[in-house]
Amino acid sequence: MDISKEKLEWIYTTMYRIRRFEETMLEQTFKGNSMGVTHPSDGQEAPPTGICAHLTDKDWIGSTHRGHGHCIAKGLDTSAMMAEIMGKATGQCGGKGGSMHIADFSKGMLGANAIVGASIPLAVGAALTAKYKGIENESVGVSFFGDGASSQGVLHESMNLAAVWKLPVIFACENNGYAEATPAWYAVSTDDIASRAEGYGMPGVVVDGMDVFAVYDAAGEAIARARAGEGPTFLELKTYRYHGHFHADDTKKYRKPDEEEFYQQKDPLKHFEKTVTKQKLMTAKKLKSIRDDIEQEMLDAVEFGLNSPMPDASSLYEDVYVNYSNPIPGLR
Amino acid sequence: MTTSQANNPLGPGYDNVAGSVKRFRDVFRDTLRAEMIRDEDVFLMGEDISGGFDRDTKEPLDAWGGPFAATKGLVQEFGPERIRDAPISEAGFVGAAIGSALTGLRPVVDLMYFDFVTVAFDQLLSNAAKSRYMFGGQTRVPLTLFARSGAGTGHAAQHSESFYSMLAHIPGLKVVVPSDPYSVKGLLAAAIRDDDPVFLVNDKKLINLDGFVPDEDYVIELGKGRYLRRGSDVTLVGMSYTSVACQKAADQLAEIGVDAEVIDMMSLSPFDEDILIESVQKTNNVVIVDEDTPRASMASEFAAVIADKAFDHLDGPIKRVTAPHAPVPYNRDLENAFMPQPEDVVGTVKNLLGRE
Repeated sequence: MDISKEKLEWIYTTMYRIRRFEETMLEQTFKGNSMGVTHPSDGQEAPPTGICAHLTDKDWIGSTHRGHGHCIAKGLDTSAMMAEIMGKATGQCGGKGGSMHIADFSKGMLGANAIVGASIPLAVGAALTAKYKGIENESVGVSFFGDGASSQGVLHESMNLAAVWKLPVIFACENNGYAEATPAWYAVSTDDIASRAEGYGMPGVVVDGMDVFAVYDAAGEAIARARAGEGPTFLELKTYRYHGHFHADDTKKYRKPDEEEFYQQKDPLKHFEKTVTKQKLMTAKKLKSIRDDIEQEMLDAVEFGLNSPMPDASSLYEDVYVNYSNPIPGLR
Repeated sequence: MTTSQANNPLGPGYDNVAGSVKRFRDVFRDTLRAEMIRDEDVFLMGEDISGGFDRDTKEPLDAWGGPFAATKGLVQEFGPERIRDAPISEAGFVGAAIGSALTGLRPVVDLMYFDFVTVAFDQLLSNAAKSRYMFGGQTRVPLTLFARSGAGTGHAAQHSESFYSMLAHIPGLKVVVPSDPYSVKGLLAAAIRDDDPVFLVNDKKLINLDGFVPDEDYVIELGKGRYLRRGSDVTLVGMSYTSVACQKAADQLAEIGVDAEVIDMMSLSPFDEDILIESVQKTNNVVIVDEDTPRASMASEFAAVIADKAFDHLDGPIKRVTAPHAPVPYNRDLENAFMPQPEDVVGTVKNLLGRE
C-alpha cells in the first residue's frame, strides 16, 4: 500500500473522530443540548477523509447540511464545532450558524450550506481564484454534495463552468442513496451519477465510498490532475448514512433492515482496521490508543460546549455587513 | 469647465469643481477601467462582456463589448482572464463570483438585464448576503453586481423590471441606483471598493444621458442621498431615473409658482433617512416617485419612515407616484402609461397642495 504510516494514522484518527463526533453530537441533541436540527454523517466517514487527506489549508472545500465530517476532515476544532451546535459564543461561528453553517476560512473551509447544491459554485469560485492567481498547484476547490444535489441545476451549471474554464475543481458526490426519504433509484435518472461527467467533458469515476483506500486513490488522481492544470474531475462516492436524514428521522419508515445490515458489513472503520492489521501496517494497540484519545477529545468537546457562555444579545445585529451607515434594529 | 458653468449635479454648496460634461455610458466604462487599474484583484464577469471568440485563434473579439457596449475595449486592455465572458449560467457564475470573493478576489458581475437576477437569486440571497453573518463574521464578500432596469425602451415584461425593492429587503446586501453620470462614477467606485456585496441598478433610460462629472477620483458614500434642487413647498423624492422625472416635474411646477425640492436617494440600502426627514420638516409635503410596482416597494418604505419620524411636520398625506401593480407592457403607449411621468408628478403635487 502506497500510504505513509503518518497518513494512515491521520486517516484512522479522522474517521474515528467523525464517527464519535456524530454519535456524541446526537446524544447531546437528544439531551436537549443542541439548539436545533442536526444531520449526522456517521457511515459516510470515508469520502471526506480520503479526499481531504490530499489537501492543505490552502485548498478550499464547500460542504452541505450534512457537513460535520467535511469540517473534521478539513481540520476544524471539534470543541468549537460542538459549541457551535450548542449555540454558544465560543462556537466556530459564534453560535449564529449552527450545525448546518459551520465554517473555518483559516482552514480552507468555505462553510456548510443548507441550500442543497448551493455550495457547489462557491468551490468553483475558489478554483477560479486559484487560476486567476496562478496557484492551481497549491489551491484546488472541492465541492462535497449528495445524490439529492445531483438534481439541482446549479450543479450542472457549475460542472459546465469548471470544464469550459478548465478549473481545478473536484466534484465529490457522496451518493448515500437517499435525498431525505426519497431513494436515488426514484429521483436520479441514472444508476451512476458519475456517468453524467462525460457530458461535461470531464472524467467521472465511481468509487466505493465505504472504502477509504479506494477514495484515497481516486481522490489522489483527481487532485493531481487539478493541481497540474488539467481541469475538473467528478467523483461519485457510493456511501451510506447510518442515521436518518436528521437526528429525529426514523429510517425504518423508508429503508429495509437488510439494506442497513449490508452497509454495516461494509463499515468503513472496520474495513480500515481489518486491512491495516492484516497487512501489519498498524497495530491493534495503536488503533486503540487513537480511539482512546478521541474518546477524551469528545468528553472535552462536550464539556467545553456545555460550559461556554451564550452569545451576547448585541451579536444579533453584528456582522450583517462589514459596514453599514445606519444599522437597523427590529422596529418596536 | 466647472460646476458653476454646468448644471450642478453635486447640489448646492459645490461650486467651481473642475470637470466636464460626459455621457453616462462612458463614465460607467471609464470608472470600471479605473477600478481595474487601481486593484488587480478586480475582475469582470458576465455574458458577452467582450462577446465572440475567433474560431481559429480562440482570441476574444469584443464583438459586443458587453450589453449596450458597456465594457467595449476593456478586453483588449485587460485580457480574457479579467474580462471573463461567461456561459448563460447566472446561478453558476454568480455563485462562482461569490466563491472568488470569499477567497480573496473582488469580482464585478454584469447580469445584463435586471430581470435576470431572479435566476441567480438563491446565490445572492443564501450565499452572498448571509455568509458573513452565519459564519460569525469570519469572512467578507466584496462582490459588485450591476444590471439594467427600467421600462421605456420596448424591452417588454421580462427585460424591463425595476424591482430593486426585492434586493433592498435582504439584510447583507447593499443596493445603489445612480441617476446621472456624476452618481454612477461615485457609486460604482464605492461599490467596487466596498467589502460587502453591492448591487448597482442602472435604469436603461440613463445610458445615453449627459451630465457634469468632476475630474477628480471620488466615491459617493453608500447610504447617502443628495438634494438636486432646493425648494420650500413640496419634497419630490426620486431614485434612479425617477430623479430625472422629478427634476422635470420641478421645472413644470416652478412655472405655476410651486417651489419644489428634489431629493435623489442614490442608495436604497442603506438609505438616507435623515435627508427625507430634514426635507419634509421644511416643506411639510412629500411625493415619492418610483418606477417599481407599488406594493412592498421603496416608495412604501420611504413613506413609512416619513410617517414614523416626521408625522407632526406633514400638512397632508404622503403621496406615492409609482408604476401600476402590473408587469411592464410592450406597446409604447401602454409602456408610457406604466412609467411615472413628470406630468403625473405635477398632477399629484397640484392635488396635494390644492392647486388648480
